Amino acid sequence: MSAYLLHLAIVGGIYIILAISLNLIIGYAGQVSLGHAAFYGIGAYISALTSLLWHFPFPLAALSAILFAGICGLLLGLPTLRLKEDYLAIVTLGFGVIVDMVFLNLEITGGPDGLPGIPKPSFLGFSFRSPGLYLFLTLLAVLLTLALTYRLVHSYHGRALRAIRDHEVTAQVMGINTPAYKVAIFTLAAALAGLAGSLYAHYITFINPESFGLHTSILILCMVVLGGMGSLLGAVVGALALTVLPELLRQFKAYQDLAYGALLIGLLIWRPQGLLGSGKLSLKFLERKG
Amino acid sequence: MSLLEIHNLTKYFGGVKAVDGVSFTVHQGEIAGLIGPNGAGKTTCFNLISGLLPPTGGAVTLLGEDLGGLAPYYRSRRGLARTFQNIQLFGGMTVLENILTGCHQRQEVGVLRALWPGGVVRRAEARARERALELLDLVGLAGKEDFPAEALAYGEQRRLEIARALAQEPRLLLLDEPAAGLNSRETEELMALLEALRDRGLTLFIIEHDMTLIMGLCHRVVVLDHGQVIAAGPPQEIRRNPLVIEAYLGREEEDGDL
Ligand SMILES: Nc1ncnc2c1ncn2[C@@H]1O[C@H](COP(=O)(O)OP(=O)(O)OP(=O)(O)O)[C@@H](O)[C@H]1O
Ligand SMILES: [Mg+2]
Repeated sequence: MSAYLLHLAIVGGIYIILAISLNLIIGYAGQVSLGHAAFYGIGAYISALTSLLWHFPFPLAALSAILFAGICGLLLGLPTLRLKEDYLAIVTLGFGVIVDMVFLNLEITGGPDGLPGIPKPSFLGFSFRSPGLYLFLTLLAVLLTLALTYRLVHSYHGRALRAIRDHEVTAQVMGINTPAYKVAIFTLAAALAGLAGSLYAHYITFINPESFGLHTSILILCMVVLGGMGSLLGAVVGALALTVLPELLRQFKAYQDLAYGALLIGLLIWRPQGLLGSGKLSLKFLERKG
Repeated sequence: MSLLEIHNLTKYFGGVKAVDGVSFTVHQGEIAGLIGPNGAGKTTCFNLISGLLPPTGGAVTLLGEDLGGLAPYYRSRRGLARTFQNIQLFGGMTVLENILTGCHQRQEVGVLRALWPGGVVRRAEARARERALELLDLVGLAGKEDFPAEALAYGEQRRLEIARALAQEPRLLLLDEPAAGLNSRETEELMALLEALRDRGLTLFIIEHDMTLIMGLCHRVVVLDHGQVIAAGPPQEIRRNPLVIEAYLGREEEDGDL
């Protein structure tokens, strides 16, 4: 495999984890989250900082990233998910912006310059310096994520989530503790995004706030909407498609955000369930009852 | 023995007194009816009992326990199940999956036990499926388990909703107009089903406009009008009660039906 393809495969793998995790929130639980890149960024910075400052080995740094991002998800989800869904869209959007500002302005995160010199992982006697080995590591994380989420969504938990998505009040009447489910799934999704952030940081070895802003949140959202709400395979397909397509259309890079916006709007109008999905993006938060 | 006790239950929507100081009791093992003209506050009563709306005042107790402030999912765990006047199935699911959502609380295991390999979750799922299929059979939907819920005929959807409520293994089942939209043969089947459930020891509380069903099934009937109880007692008495007759006829005059 050429170096370029290896690079695309690794980045694609990271996006798969991000798309799967966001799909848990949006596609399975039917909640709108517009700030997923914030958890991705939190994972990346925590993983980078624990490695740089305290020389955590990669597994421990990644674990810290997962835990910290998960706790941030829990702390954000606890107060907001109990409220109506319109709040979640607004709060996650705001959260994304705030986290971005924090990365930009803190000294410890290196401000706009970011953090250079993040070590490549080496543990268990292996050094994952070569892209080939890093791809292996990424695939391992992708497989773990897939296995975990597959088990989750194909169990009664997945059914409970779909019930919440279809009709939250009725789900409650069925005995499903909907606030607990929403908080749990939001926390899990944030933790998985943290894992993706860790993988990204130790691969690129240099991070700055630019990678974790609103446009990244929108990109992940596009992957989910394109591939399909409530479909694991859909998230994989969506992530890979939007990793590869922009590369093919390099010369139009200036129009990328415009293209994503157009893609999102187009899908919502003509195929709201995405290529492989079952549910639709919940736009209930846009509806205002008189 | 009393199962459900409603005490001075009140719900105001702005200036509308939808439920206005309602008190009554549903006894264990009986079929109780809740009737009244359109807009009398029947559905609102059910919403208050099942915890979908916070009351303006008053109390709901189940087996002596005050349900005040409990979310609907906790009330379900205490033995309360219901159906809806306008059918509320999970449209994105199959018939079987709809019933399985009702099994949810019986399937719950701790996170660690669920992650532990060894099939705790799988076994619980298998049990739930078995039970769901039994219930499908009971309501006469055997063989339709893999249909999308939305593809069922209207009367079948009503029965599916009942099966899903039964999957929660309730003590008390609240049915909001279960015969609405059914033809007379379907209504008869429904009555047979409800009687069979009562014989199994389930307590039923039914809102219904179909008087054949109410008169044929209920041991006791509560009549609401303008949010207030205007009569309560055995159906034969209720039918002769001048207040009840007036409430129904009076409303019809307003509608210009007479
Ligand atoms: N969520 C709500 N907000 C405002 N008003 C409401 C609400 N729900 C019910 N009402 C009002 O409360 C009153 C009682 O309504 P309810 O649905 O309980 O009547 P009902 O007895 O079930 O009638 P029907 O036989 O037509 O189903 C009506 O005047 C209705 O307009
Ligand atoms: Mg009603």
